[in-house]
Amino acid sequence: MLTPFFYTLREAGVPASVTEYLTLLEALQRGVARFSVNDFYFLARATLVKDEKHFDRFDKAFTQYFKGIEQSFEHLQKALPEDWLKLLAQRHFTPEEMAQIEALGGWDKLLETLKQRLEEQKGRHEGGNKWIGTGGTSPFGHGGYNPEGIRIGGPGGKGKAVKVWERRDYRNLDDNVELGTRNIKVALRKLRRFAREGAADQFDIDGTISATARNAGLLDLKFQPERHNALKLLLFFDVGGSMESHVRVCEELFSACRGEFKHLEYFYFHNCIYESVWKDSRRRHGERTTLFDLLRKYQPDYRVIFIGDASMSPYEIMQPGGSIEHWNEEAGAVWLQRLTQRFQRFAWLNPEPQDRWDYVQSIGIARQLLAERMYPLTLHGLDDAIRALKA
Amino acid sequence: MTSKFEGTERYVATEDLMMAVNAAVTLARPLLVKGEPGTGKTQLAEEIARSLDKPLYRWHVKSTTKAQHGLYEYDAVSRLRDSQLGDAKVHDIGNYIIPGRLWEAFRSARQAVLLIDEIDKADIEFPNDLLLELDRMEFYVHETREMIQATHRPIVIITSNNEKELPDAFLRRCFFHFIRFPDAETMTRIIGVHFPELKRELLAEALNAFYKLRDVPGLKKKPSTSELLDWLKLLLADDIPPEALRTDDPRKSLPPLHGALLKNEQDVHLFERLIFLQRRQSRQ
Repeated sequence: MLTPFFYTLREAGVPASVTEYLTLLEALQRGVARFSVNDFYFLARATLVKDEKHFDRFDKAFTQYFKGIEQSFEHLQKALPEDWLKLLAQRHFTPEEMAQIEALGGWDKLLETLKQRLEEQKGRHEGGNKWIGTGGTSPFGHGGYNPEGIRIGGPGGKGKAVKVWERRDYRNLDDNVELGTRNIKVALRKLRRFAREGAADQFDIDGTISATARNAGLLDLKFQPERHNALKLLLFFDVGGSMESHVRVCEELFSACRGEFKHLEYFYFHNCIYESVWKDSRRRHGERTTLFDLLRKYQPDYRVIFIGDASMSPYEIMQPGGSIEHWNEEAGAVWLQRLTQRFQRFAWLNPEPQDRWDYVQSIGIARQLLAERMYPLTLHGLDDAIRALKA
Repeated sequence: MTSKFEGTERYVATEDLMMAVNAAVTLARPLLVKGEPGTGKTQLAEEIARSLDKPLYRWHVKSTTKAQHGLYEYDAVSRLRDSQLGDAKVHDIGNYIIPGRLWEAFRSARQAVLLIDEIDKADIEFPNDLLLELDRMEFYVHETREMIQATHRPIVIITSNNEKELPDAFLRRCFFHFIRFPDAETMTRIIGVHFPELKRELLAEALNAFYKLRDVPGLKKKPSTSELLDWLKLLLADDIPPEALRTDDPRKSLPPLHGALLKNEQDVHLFERLIFLQRRQSRQ
């Protein structure tokens, strides 16, 4: 009987497995939750969802699937207490949402429509069970722009007007991981390549034991070089201009990288990479490293990460002389290609929110040049970037 | 049938938490608890043990902890020493098998509560190494060739601070509960449990100051429940009047004893700056 519910969840993107579903059934059979939708909701959530960032999806799917069940215990109220509705709305809507409601003709009009619709629905759903306007873009909808929705049906048996799963308390948790130095470090750890190089100065217990055993019990000491992260990393940071607003997250990424990698080199550029980059922003006009030197000096086993918002005029990438700071003989695109040819494992991290990317032409161009290896500077994006760097 | 967990006089459990605990107890499956630091994850296991009157075994996981440590360890060094001294004990390898926390919980005469604290601190593979042990509640001791089976499946509470993602196979075997940061109503109940004699005005002012502080955007570490409780304890010890918590006084920019709430000098700075800006605006 619950199998369609299980599939509704999976369609909604909740990664519930069959084992978990069976666990839920077992729990129900053992009487962990009885006679109350609330209990069932809590039980199903504890069983089927294993990550708080999926709670919101679960809540939405639950609302969608069970939108009628509960009402069969309650009676639809004939007249709508207007004040109660207003009160409910004031309590649960944010000011922005209220403003949107105003935009739709204000409260009175909205309530009128609501009443009207209620009448219609009663006609159509005799004995049925449907919340008002759960579908589509209705202002009374669930999951439209109006996330709380207006539930008609009077205060429930427990006196709660909005059900727990309809409150959607967890909507902020979906993909809202704060990026801190520690988080970045944990993510970067996946990039580790341990290797032993250099002088053998560490006592090797396992080696000593097996050598001693082979030596018929006479002690045979073994030493080995210290194990450290052998991964080599080149970082290119975009500085100045539109990057000013992302300084903090870049600082954090930089300090995390510095702590994690021994072979780390970093350079700065502005907007796009041209024939030279620099290491010290105060002396950027004097001490520059030409890109040809850089391409020769660093072996192809270096991984390359660009950090920049790639937001600029398309000319700055595509045209010779397009740079806003100097006359560049060759276009930024040419230099980018040289870099990506020499260093096959690269990724571009973009601190701009990903949903804005499509509106900036230069980001599109850069993504094409980088074979789509551009990732948002979030924990999830960092994970993807690291996967690309490892491949 | 085991009795139901409904919180204790020292621990306020929300409805969803009770459901998760009771499901885990009834089906004898592990319960994974996540949440902000300081929301009482570890304490939950203690309170479950207390309220259901069961012995508690704590296993605190560190970055170097291996799954094997929870099962048993073979103390080869003592055995080597004993063999040098010609001790008769040396002939029985069982004398050198030291049981871990899991083993202790398995062989407890009554059903036990086992707390695996901060599982995310250990290596990424750590949870995978415990799959079978937690599923079947048994493991094999190679040295002595014996099978250790739980007489009563223990109630396993696992806490995580979300520092690492846990493997799917592991998650599938657990019940999951995320301890949300308590809303003001639950918080008042929690404080009532800890400081029953707290004055009403002081509580209202303190909660007000506390939630305002949590709402400051950009704080590196938001103060948590346990920090609020510490702060209240300090306020009580210093006998600070409720009026002092209203930060309208221009000379004092921070609430008294803020050290209990803000643990990072950057946060203290940020907060001072914000208050300064706010004042300037209100004066204009």
